[in-house]
Amino acid sequence: MDTPVAVRGRGITKVFGDVVALDHIDVSMTQGQIHGLVGPNGAGKTTLLGLLLGLAVADEGSLEILGAPVGRALAAPDGVSGFVDGPGLYPTLTARQNLATLLALRPDGAPATGVEEALEQVGLTDVADDKVRGFSLGMRQRLGLAAALLTRPRLLVLDEPSNGLDPVGKKHVHRVLGRLASEGVTVVLSSHRMDDLEALCSEVTILARGRVVFSGPLSKLSDENRELDYRLRASDPSATRALAAATPGISIDDGPDAATRPDTDVIVVRARVAAMDELVARMVREGIGVRELAPVVSPLEAAFLALTEQEADR
Amino acid sequence: MTATAAYAPATGTGAGTASARPTPVARILRFELVKQFSAWRVRLLIGLCWLGPGLLVFAVDQQSTLPSDTLFGRWMHATGWAGSLVVLGVAGTWALPLVTSMVAGDVFASEDRLGTWRHLLIAVRSHRRIFAAKAIASLTVIGLLVAGLAVSSAVGGLLAEGNQPLVGLDGHLLTGGDAAGKVLLAWVCVLAPTLALAAIGLLGSVALGRSPMGLLLPMLAGLGMQVVQMLPLPVAVRLALPGYAFISWNGLFADPQQLGPLLIGVGVSLLWAVVATALAYLLFRRRDFTNLNNDGAGRRVLTLGALPLAGVLAATVGVVAVATGAGGSGITQDKVQQSVATVFAHLYRFQQAQMRQPPVTEAQLQTSAMCDKSEGLGAQEGPGNDWRCTVSWTVPGYNVAAQAIYQLDVSPNGRYIADGDGPVEVNGYFLIVTAGKAVPNPLWQFDGNVDLLAG
Repeated sequence: MDTPVAVRGRGITKVFGDVVALDHIDVSMTQGQIHGLVGPNGAGKTTLLGLLLGLAVADEGSLEILGAPVGRALAAPDGVSGFVDGPGLYPTLTARQNLATLLALRPDGAPATGVEEALEQVGLTDVADDKVRGFSLGMRQRLGLAAALLTRPRLLVLDEPSNGLDPVGKKHVHRVLGRLASEGVTVVLSSHRMDDLEALCSEVTILARGRVVFSGPLSKLSDENRELDYRLRASDPSATRALAAATPGISIDDGPDAATRPDTDVIVVRARVAAMDELVARMVREGIGVRELAPVVSPLEAAFLALTEQEADR
Repeated sequence: MTATAAYAPATGTGAGTASARPTPVARILRFELVKQFSAWRVRLLIGLCWLGPGLLVFAVDQQSTLPSDTLFGRWMHATGWAGSLVVLGVAGTWALPLVTSMVAGDVFASEDRLGTWRHLLIAVRSHRRIFAAKAIASLTVIGLLVAGLAVSSAVGGLLAEGNQPLVGLDGHLLTGGDAAGKVLLAWVCVLAPTLALAAIGLLGSVALGRSPMGLLLPMLAGLGMQVVQMLPLPVAVRLALPGYAFISWNGLFADPQQLGPLLIGVGVSLLWAVVATALAYLLFRRRDFTNLNNDGAGRRVLTLGALPLAGVLAATVGVVAVATGAGGSGITQDKVQQSVATVFAHLYRFQQAQMRQPPVTEAQLQTSAMCDKSEGLGAQEGPGNDWRCTVSWTVPGYNVAAQAIYQLDVSPNGRYIADGDGPVEVNGYFLIVTAGKAVPNPLWQFDGNVDLLAG
């Protein structure tokens, strides 16, 4: 049985004047998954999000959202909510008034989440009666999310939702998005924060210069044959350094940054996955404890940089 | 709140893309009003309009010097209704253009500033309904502010001087009840040019987006039209400008009422209100909301904004000129003479009553006036401060002719101030004690109005 698809686009093209924002892209987003959208500035992320929200219509190609084809007229697809270019908020109204007035704009009979429930979900109950004028960027983002949740969407589209969030706020938002996905809501979010995307997304689409350079599960991004920098902290740093130097396929980063690194017991090595496996095995045999081992740059970020640089070189 | 929100059916997965009905206008209107009243600027305006005029009229009334250069200002000590008319005159020049700028001039641009357009459009799903709700919301707020100006100024005046008779523009007395009705009607009449300015505000707000020019447009248009009214223009052009109705309410206070200019002014204003609103709607429908940097109408401001309005002005000038047959300034020697004689006769009777003299009739007075401009040199018509009138009348009981001289400053819009130039016993400055109060001789200086359209 096929996996249900929330968004399917084929050959989508959008042009603004002389600028080709999207160039015949194909996208597919699985229902009930959190789908990340990444790309350098000007890659076409916001344009794609705008198409999903019905803010613009593709010049070419076909787009299907929640099983229904998107027409040529500007109209918000049913079951979709979210925000692009930041949440639209009225600073002279309180958080509660912002949500209540938005709720009042719903057509009759539309399903809705209560204002209080939406505020609670994003952790803004305590400031519900404060004017939005005094809100931080993070609080505005959370209120924007609450507004999007009011209509009980089946496709939630968020542009940089973690912008300005403190760690507590970020955790809150991540928890809400995770719960929505578990309830079958498809979430599409764009972000420059690779750690956020890695923590949240099961699928990702990387855009560069209006083209899709990768789209699929995050796990497929990890290329075992690509060399990565790893940060390694061990119980015996000097012995580890000697072992790394003696392990084939591993080079130690002793570049200019190494001397200024604050944690002197950490070494940075460059290797493929197989070589790192061998080094760890040797350390274990020598009785050296591995206290920390992680890629310096996440696989998503590494892939992002590699793929977008390739696209830029074309 | 306008985070993007679309209607999601409660059940089913194969929903159409735009099957949900748009939000009813009443709900969008309520939303717009909530936004309007939450803004400190609007709250401040409401406070100022509902309290300011009353306090101002009351305070001015306590002074010994009155604003006699403003129409009806010299009668503020005589009746409470004069204060409201003074406020109405000033409001037409300053307050109403300002109010329309602050409300209608910002109603669309505020969404640009806040970046909420795209969210609002998707939440509501109808450009037409958003436009209608925003237009009605601005008119509601403007109506509330105008009502505040009218009520506050009337209450302030009545508290200071009470419901006394008002001396009309041709010197005849209006009872308190008549004055109240005409003051109310005058305020209703200026709603028409206020609507025209509000529509220009909507047009500017849609066409110019975040640009401050959009906000300033009604103010600039209002002031521009006031300045133009001070120029020696042909009558047809003067009447074809929507701002003329800010002046033509004066005609309500003459006897017989000068309704021609008033009705034309109101009609032209309403025409401008309809056309400017329609143009604003056209621009709004054609705007591309997908591009954040595009917050105005660009070159369409000219083709769908300025040019059609220029066309309306040209067409209106033509229609007014043909329909009324009016040409030139509308201020002729005959009209000035007739007006001055009428006002003098009315005020003479008023003065006699104040001085507890036996009542006289206008038939007994047989008043006439001989006026010339620039000492009879050049054309004897048009505005200027070089008009000089000699008023003649028959002194009741003595059957002898008497004369008094006035210097007139006639404005291009037909309003004039007559300043007594002797003899001092008739039109000099002296005080008359009446009803326990000392008031200036009513024949010393008086206001009058030449009917620009009279035959």
